[in-house]
Amino acid sequence: MTVPAGAYLVLSAALFTLGTVGVLVRRTALVLFMSIELMLNAVNLAFVTLARVHGDLGGQLAAFFVLVVAAVEVVVGLSILVHIFRTRDTVDVDEVDLLRG
Amino acid sequence: MGAWAVPWVVALPLAGALVNGLWGGRLGRRGVSLVACLSVLGAFLLSVALTRDLVASPGAEDRTVRLFEWIAVGDFRIPAALVWDRLAALLALVVTGVGFLIHVYSVGYMAEDPDYSRYFTYLNLFVASMLVLVLGANLLVLFVGWELVGLCSYLLIGFWFERPAAAAAGRKAFVVNRVGDAAFVLGILSTGSLLGTLDFREMARLLGEGGGGLRGHPALVTSALLLFAGATGKSAQLPLYVWLPDAMEGPTPVSALIHAATMVTAGVFLVGRLWPLFEAAGPVLPWVVAPVGAATALFAATVAVVQYDLKRVLAYSTISQLGYMFLALGVGGGTAAFFHLTTHAFFKALLFLAAGSVMHALHGQIDLRRLGGLWKSMPLTFLGFVVGAASLSGIPPLSGFWSKEEILHAAHGSGGLWLVALGTSFVTAYYATRAAVLAFLGDPQSPGRPHDPPPAMAWPLAGLVVLSAVGGFLGAKWLGAPFHAFLEPAWGGHEAPAPDLGEVALAVAVATAGVVAGWLAHRGRREPQLGPVRRALEAQWGVEALYEAAVVRPGRALAHLLSEAVDLRGVDRAASALAEAVVRAGSTIRTWQTGNVRQYAAGLLAGAVVLFAYWVLR
Amino acid sequence: MRPPSWILSFLVFAPAVGAALVALAPRRDSLLRGIALAASLVSLGVAAYLFWNFPPGEPGFWITESAGWVPALGIGYRLGVDGISLPLVALTALLFPVALVGTWEAVRSRVKEYLVLLLLLETAVLGTFLALDLVLFYVFWEAVLVPMYFLIGLWGSERRAYAALKFFLFTMAGSVLMLLAIAGLYLATGTFDFQALTAGQIPAALQGWLFAAFALAFAIKVPLFPLHTWLPDAHTEAPTAGSVILAGLLLKMGTYGLVRFGLGLFPEAARAASPWFLTLAVVGILYGAAVAYAQRDVKRLVAYSSVSHLGFVVLGTFALTPQGLAGALLQMVNHGISTGALFLMVGVLYERAHTRALDAFGGVARVMPTFAALSLFVVFSSAALPGTNGFVGEFLVLLGAFRRGPLWAALAAGGVVLSAVYLLWMVQRVYFGAPTPQVRAFPPLRGYEALSLAVLVAAILWIGLYPRPWLARSEAAVQALVQRVAQQAQTPSPWAGGRP
Repeated sequence: MTVPAGAYLVLSAALFTLGTVGVLVRRTALVLFMSIELMLNAVNLAFVTLARVHGDLGGQLAAFFVLVVAAVEVVVGLSILVHIFRTRDTVDVDEVDLLRG
Repeated sequence: MGAWAVPWVVALPLAGALVNGLWGGRLGRRGVSLVACLSVLGAFLLSVALTRDLVASPGAEDRTVRLFEWIAVGDFRIPAALVWDRLAALLALVVTGVGFLIHVYSVGYMAEDPDYSRYFTYLNLFVASMLVLVLGANLLVLFVGWELVGLCSYLLIGFWFERPAAAAAGRKAFVVNRVGDAAFVLGILSTGSLLGTLDFREMARLLGEGGGGLRGHPALVTSALLLFAGATGKSAQLPLYVWLPDAMEGPTPVSALIHAATMVTAGVFLVGRLWPLFEAAGPVLPWVVAPVGAATALFAATVAVVQYDLKRVLAYSTISQLGYMFLALGVGGGTAAFFHLTTHAFFKALLFLAAGSVMHALHGQIDLRRLGGLWKSMPLTFLGFVVGAASLSGIPPLSGFWSKEEILHAAHGSGGLWLVALGTSFVTAYYATRAAVLAFLGDPQSPGRPHDPPPAMAWPLAGLVVLSAVGGFLGAKWLGAPFHAFLEPAWGGHEAPAPDLGEVALAVAVATAGVVAGWLAHRGRREPQLGPVRRALEAQWGVEALYEAAVVRPGRALAHLLSEAVDLRGVDRAASALAEAVVRAGSTIRTWQTGNVRQYAAGLLAGAVVLFAYWVLR
Repeated sequence: MRPPSWILSFLVFAPAVGAALVALAPRRDSLLRGIALAASLVSLGVAAYLFWNFPPGEPGFWITESAGWVPALGIGYRLGVDGISLPLVALTALLFPVALVGTWEAVRSRVKEYLVLLLLLETAVLGTFLALDLVLFYVFWEAVLVPMYFLIGLWGSERRAYAALKFFLFTMAGSVLMLLAIAGLYLATGTFDFQALTAGQIPAALQGWLFAAFALAFAIKVPLFPLHTWLPDAHTEAPTAGSVILAGLLLKMGTYGLVRFGLGLFPEAARAASPWFLTLAVVGILYGAAVAYAQRDVKRLVAYSSVSHLGFVVLGTFALTPQGLAGALLQMVNHGISTGALFLMVGVLYERAHTRALDAFGGVARVMPTFAALSLFVVFSSAALPGTNGFVGEFLVLLGAFRRGPLWAALAAGGVVLSAVYLLWMVQRVYFGAPTPQVRAFPPLRGYEALSLAVLVAAILWIGLYPRPWLARSEAAVQALVQRVAQQAQTPSPWAGGRP
């Protein structure tokens, strides 16, 4: 029994939504990152599914791009986070508002 | 003498002014006096020669000299041009002749003054400017001279500028004159627009033959009114006379020359120059010029009665006599007006110079209450003053009698005005006698040993005595009335009047009555009280107070109001309000920058949704 | 004999070269001042040469210089001189050396920077008057702001920071709108070339808002009531040379702009808008004079007098008659000379008294007679006394205004009276009366102060007595412009002047 493509897309949407909600709601920086990763991977899933459906390898290519960018972003982001933790002793995103106008 | 000499009449005193102005310090008093007096004398001699020429060749073209094109834009072209015709000749002779006498007098009068060269620079400059005024061939050149004499008046009234009163008087003179000048400029513009020219000969030609259809034209009337308004400023008529009494702050020879004999007559000259225009301007002459003249004459004469400052008496007297001249012009007696202008120049200058002698002898004392008893110690001065006063009062056979008589005769047809003139004659004789009595008769009220002035001052005085005494005969019919014959071509045929004996007798009687009344009232140094009338007279019937309340104070208040309330708080605030609005908008938007990551993320999401929706729904 | 076209660039950039030399030279004040003076005199020489050789009767641009700049955008480096810009160029070239000489020792700190800024300012002003490409014009126009801002802000008086900022912001606000209009013009016509724009026709529908944008920028600069409030502060706080240039030249950039671009590019719009401008001009004349009278700071008094005088210029400009425009143009020059001289006079007083309060003075004429004599010439020029330059200009303006409508002239004539009021009031307060002890201690007039004033007084008398060279050179251009704007058949004029 093959799983219909729609199911994958629904899953992708659900994961994306979860990720979005997580970004909006969670205050812990690490969880924020995890939510962003969730969003990115949801998108990856959608890309690959649609690539399969349309027989277009462009989607899989895009997924690769996203994976690379996600990895880089995680590296940079986590190092910034570590620095912030070291100086401010907090990982609560709401308390890092130095750029307020 | 050809037309080439005309510019030299102006150039000589001007050169004198330049020389004394730039190198006066190095020339020393003698040098300065020589330069100043000789330049005016030279101008006078040239004037005589040119006039002789003019008379000798009747029917010849009046000499016009076109110096260069001054202003030229499009169809508006004004040359710097001078003209030598009868009117110009007369005034030039008066200005340079009397001017010369006063220059000589000043040599004595100002001998002790540290600013000697500056004085003569200004005086020469004045003569030059006045000559530009009278010799100008078009209205604009005349106006140049007109304002320049105003400048010289300002400089000379405020000559002793360290005295605040003098500085203020100079400023008042210039500003009040300027009001008249503003009207004058508008009159020039109006006249030019209507006639297409500012040249006097052109104007005469256009308006000459039956007015060219412009008789009574409203624009012509407006022009005439505006020009007359200008004349009232310079010639100190109601209501722009207020500067003249204050102008007495200047040195007395200045008062004699500028504020009696020459500058103040510029308004009379203007009307005479523009006679064709005024004649064609319908009701202006009889309904505006004459009444203003008559009213001013009476007004000023009455105010003169209560003045204690001898110079102020003479100042108001001048205003009054100028009123006579305008009255004469208004009733069509052009020649009479100019005859009176001439005789007035003689006897008023004489009176001022006599007053100057008194001041000189008594170290500046000029208050009638502190004078007296001078008839013994200063006989020449006394003679001069008496002759001048009698001429002013119109006592025959002195010059004033002849000219005043002519004016009265001319005014005879206009009932009310004639009565006013006659009444003024009485008052004139009254105040003149009063001045003479209080100044010279009775016992001396001041200490000191006065004596007649030195030769430099005495000779001009004597000269003017002669002129005041016999000058009137120039108008005597039985001598051929040379004055009128001379001036006739200027108006085109006005005969010397032939007043009947009854008129003459009445006029003489009135004048004599005034003299007698003055003598009786002030004999023994009395001063009749005159009750409440005195207070009104002392306040010049409220004119100065009116100015103060209606013009000066509101003007200053308005200026301050505009400066503080409107400019600082109003207009500027509006501009700052704009800036403040920007700042406020900025601080509002500033609150959107919370620095909160999650809010920014939410914003991103919202934006993305909107864009996506738009893209999908399009 | 037409000079080569590069002479214009030479004229414009000679002071900039001088600025470069000053910047590189060693820090010896007298040397620096000498170099600066030499540079500005070079420009004066060129300007005098151009003035002398300009053919009267030339209605268009006598010399033009053209080079590519940004051809892709249609922006060219185009300069040109005609009867309208020539007098202003001459005025500029005259005023800068005079201002330098007149304030020779007034500035003693950071002299090098001061002179560099002044010279760059001269280049910018000259460029503004000669530019024939809209973008080039805009560049020079903005380039004027920067040196002036620093001149006021660094070498000015107590409230200099406020005044400098106010000056900058006011002018900038207008300029930004003008930039929009320039861009709009380009989009509508495809060119920035002034001569091409005047040859063609700008669609009337567009003219309205384009004219408004340009006119706003210029009106702020003139300054036209009620956009004038930057002026008193800027003039008062600026150093003397700054005030001289500000009043003498920068204000003329505004009036020049109104004539060149307002009337030149948008004739229909200008015609339609003229009653508004005439009204504001008259208001400015009377208001400026009244407020001047109420001032207690002598420099502020002179500043407000500028508002009043430039009202006359705007009046003459928008009367749309040849005499009015010619008078306005002449008045631009006259005002530059006499108000420049007035500020030099104030500078002389301030140098000695270190105050500008009218109450602090008295009796200066007794202590400094030559200075007083020169001052009186200047004051009466400002009051438009016949014989001085002011009269010729003001009379022509009044004539032009009268021919447009007698009421305008009648109202403006009030300015003639009021100017005498506040000017003579100033003279009385400062020069007359008994000298105060402080005034008695004044050092006498220095050579350079006397020289600068004497040069301006000479100009006052020359133009007043013999204005022909100035009027003749601008007449043809003025006539051409007026005809374009007024565009009705000249009603047969009754004027014939005085032919004996």
